Amino acid sequence: MTRYDTIVIGGGPAGLSAALKLKAKGFDSLVIESGDRIGGIPLQCIHPGFGLHYLGEDLTGTEFIHRLIGMVEDQGVEYRVRSHVVRVKPSRTGYPYKRIEAVSPYGFIEVETPILIYTAGARERTIFEIGVTGERLSGVFTAGEAQAYMDIFGILPGSRIVIIGSGDVGLIMARRFALEGAKVEAVIEMMPWPGGLTRNIVQCLLDYDIPLLLSRMVVRLEGKRRVEGVVTVRVDEDLNPIPGSEELIECDTVVVSAGLTPNVRLLEGLGLAMDPSTRGPIVDDYLESITYQGIFIAGNALVVNDLVDYVVEQGESAAEGASILLYEGVKPRSYVRITKGRNVRLIVPQYLSCEKDAVLYMRVQKPEYDVKVCFEEISREFRYPVVRPAEMIRLTLRRSDLEDLRRLDSLTVEVKRV
Amino acid sequence: MRILVIGSGIVGASIARIASMYRDLDVYLVEREADVGWGASKANTGIIHPGHEEDPRLYPFRAKLCVEGNRLWKSWARDLDIPIKFPGELMLVFEGFESEARRYIDLARINGIPGVRLLYHDEVERMEPLISDEAVAAVWAPTAGIISPIDAVIALVENAVSNGIKLLTETEVKRVIVSDGRVRGVETNIGFIGADIVVNAGGIHADEIARTVGLSYRLKPRKGEYILFDSFVEAKPKHIIHPVPTSITKGVYIVETVEGNLMIGPTAVDLLEDAKDDTSTSTEGLSKLLSEASRLLKELPPRDRIVKFFAGVRPEPPNGDWIIEAYTDPWGFVDVAGIRSPGLTAAPAIALHVFNLIRERYDLKLKVKDSWNPHRRGIARIKDKPKQLIKRLVEEDSRYGSIVCWCNMVSEAEILEAIGRMKSIGLKTITLDGVKFRSKAMYGFCQGSFCRARIAYIVSKIEGIPLWDVRVNSTESKLGVGDVKSLVKGGSYD
Repeated sequence: MTRYDTIVIGGGPAGLSAALKLKAKGFDSLVIESGDRIGGIPLQCIHPGFGLHYLGEDLTGTEFIHRLIGMVEDQGVEYRVRSHVVRVKPSRTGYPYKRIEAVSPYGFIEVETPILIYTAGARERTIFEIGVTGERLSGVFTAGEAQAYMDIFGILPGSRIVIIGSGDVGLIMARRFALEGAKVEAVIEMMPWPGGLTRNIVQCLLDYDIPLLLSRMVVRLEGKRRVEGVVTVRVDEDLNPIPGSEELIECDTVVVSAGLTPNVRLLEGLGLAMDPSTRGPIVDDYLESITYQGIFIAGNALVVNDLVDYVVEQGESAAEGASILLYEGVKPRSYVRITKGRNVRLIVPQYLSCEKDAVLYMRVQKPEYDVKVCFEEISREFRYPVVRPAEMIRLTLRRSDLEDLRRLDSLTVEVKRV
Repeated sequence: MRILVIGSGIVGASIARIASMYRDLDVYLVEREADVGWGASKANTGIIHPGHEEDPRLYPFRAKLCVEGNRLWKSWARDLDIPIKFPGELMLVFEGFESEARRYIDLARINGIPGVRLLYHDEVERMEPLISDEAVAAVWAPTAGIISPIDAVIALVENAVSNGIKLLTETEVKRVIVSDGRVRGVETNIGFIGADIVVNAGGIHADEIARTVGLSYRLKPRKGEYILFDSFVEAKPKHIIHPVPTSITKGVYIVETVEGNLMIGPTAVDLLEDAKDDTSTSTEGLSKLLSEASRLLKELPPRDRIVKFFAGVRPEPPNGDWIIEAYTDPWGFVDVAGIRSPGLTAAPAIALHVFNLIRERYDLKLKVKDSWNPHRRGIARIKDKPKQLIKRLVEEDSRYGSIVCWCNMVSEAEILEAIGRMKSIGLKTITLDGVKFRSKAMYGFCQGSFCRARIAYIVSKIEGIPLWDVRVNSTESKLGVGDVKSLVKGGSYD
């Protein structure tokens, strides 16, 4: 059986950056990718906004990922495409080895590794998950699927579009359809604020006169075989539909951009503890699962990110954690748990070792102006002029700040008004 | 002698399979949709009922044919390689409804159904720890089964076609043509098709067809909604669960489908007569399902584990009894209509019964073909298969190693096989729904958002049509509207 220092499941930005980092540190890895080629979702992203932090340039998704693929080829990182992992299980040769089995047209792959880096990305929430009822009709797509049709396969899914959800993918697709000459009837958002980055609201909707309907939700699809319209309803502050506010918007296509959810089926099968707020695994500041030693998670499989740069950073962090484990072996560790306080929707990692500087990624529940993110037990706070659910907050806690914390078992993070 | 069956649902397909056994019989199976089984057969609970809910004093046909059908499905499913299982059924009894429960024990005895008995709470809980503490007892029926109805229809039609019947899809019967008191054929959207015997298995639309020969019964459309959960949920009972039907509510079923998904349903909403094709779901329906199901189990899976919801329309005959008759006026017209529950269970028995009726009534002298083949194999799937088998399949055909649907682990080879089978039964249009029902791709939690494009691409290559022109769920529903830039280059919105 072939053994690798690490196996990376998923050849998108997180997986490729992890493999590159491992290579730089002298470890071998095998990247296993389900798709026809490495690169992941950025392969279908022809819009800019990629790489400002990681490469110091604002690139399109395709440009960005081809830079990364170029580095992977130059460095001789080993990968297999069209290879679908079917099982991960403890190896018969014993702990800490894990055996990974994958199916590919080139044969059955069986490899062993002490360390798994899981970077399988996220999947989009479907029309059913957001509770839209009605007939089963054609003309319904998720935003990413519509994007693949247009920018990989070169076809246009529809001509009169309603987009459900104002997350970044939905906004970008609104512009994409407008550029194709399709009429985007509306972008519909249930919350009283947009779900995407401000720059995307401006560049994708305002610039193209596309209406954004806030505090509205789509309740039903109308049509016989293909979508002919959507029934929307206004919602109150508690997101309950307001009776009598139904309104029909005619369209031939519905694009669902209702957020992503980490693709963690394989990890659920292994029994990794999951965080209901991120829907991804619970990890420490090495991005290692808190309940399954030797499995590191990065990118959208860990937490849904809004910038590829964070995804890449997490890939590198996971590789860093993996290489420490490979160098030093298993060490007993004590953890401090992060407790979410006021206006904190999610935070990753959920546990801190306090052995090193920790990068934290968090999202708030609702927008606020002039706030500080406070860590009371260590008397650290970070000022922000504005925080929004759509914009992930990235901050770093220094090791020196964390050292005193070891006596405690919990660190509270909360958003306070200044 | 030509026999023409209208409707390729579970009933029509079963009759076509039986008819395919005989020499000198020219059998047509006519379907208005692009594919088989797209009416009530594709959207129902999939239960093979034991028969202890059927009162032979009220509905003698239903009781007799249900019990026979339950038995027959075992051999039919084996011969036709249809996924089926018999987990048994627990009909939960709540306080105050013990006498209703006794009724079903009595009916089981009258109908000769083995193993049906009353279990008290402790025993039920040992069998099924998930059941609600409120259930004081349960009627246990070990012969209850689960089948995939759409798989069953597809298998039946494949088998019938391989034995020589002709399937005509996208063919809508407008009326039955009668002259001199005899059936002469049917008028359809593609013209006249002659036939000596016309079997009306037109599902919810059967009454409209019967009206064209002067029969006046009306079928009431009754909608049933369903919720399908992911297969990966903790709260998944091993047995079929439902409550004792009461005067207030018939209750919902909780089942694990043959694919391993948890399913709840159906609701029962009477529709207006002109709303027969209304298979829309509703917010009210979904809440009702969840609240009814939550009475039966200690806990339900979280809502974010819902994969999809859907609805089917079933025909409700007048007085609840099936309309099965071979008429002498007009000679050659046969009704198999209003086949409400337990129609899926009874389908094989109904088919045998109807065929015997036809033979006797019209005095047909028929001989079984020497070449009749009762067998059909399903598509070889690699999901959940042992490693050695997967290795062998990939060695034989590398396309088995090319996984297209990641959620349900369906390979390119299986997609190609599904398309090939659609062609082999004579479908004119390869719809993505047809590929989905056969291959089980696009059935998982992503609902095709990752794989539908690749599957459509495969279809477009095989059919030699542009990708946007691939049909989704009917002959008229196209995947897209054109190539990119087609609107910019002077297309219009309409």
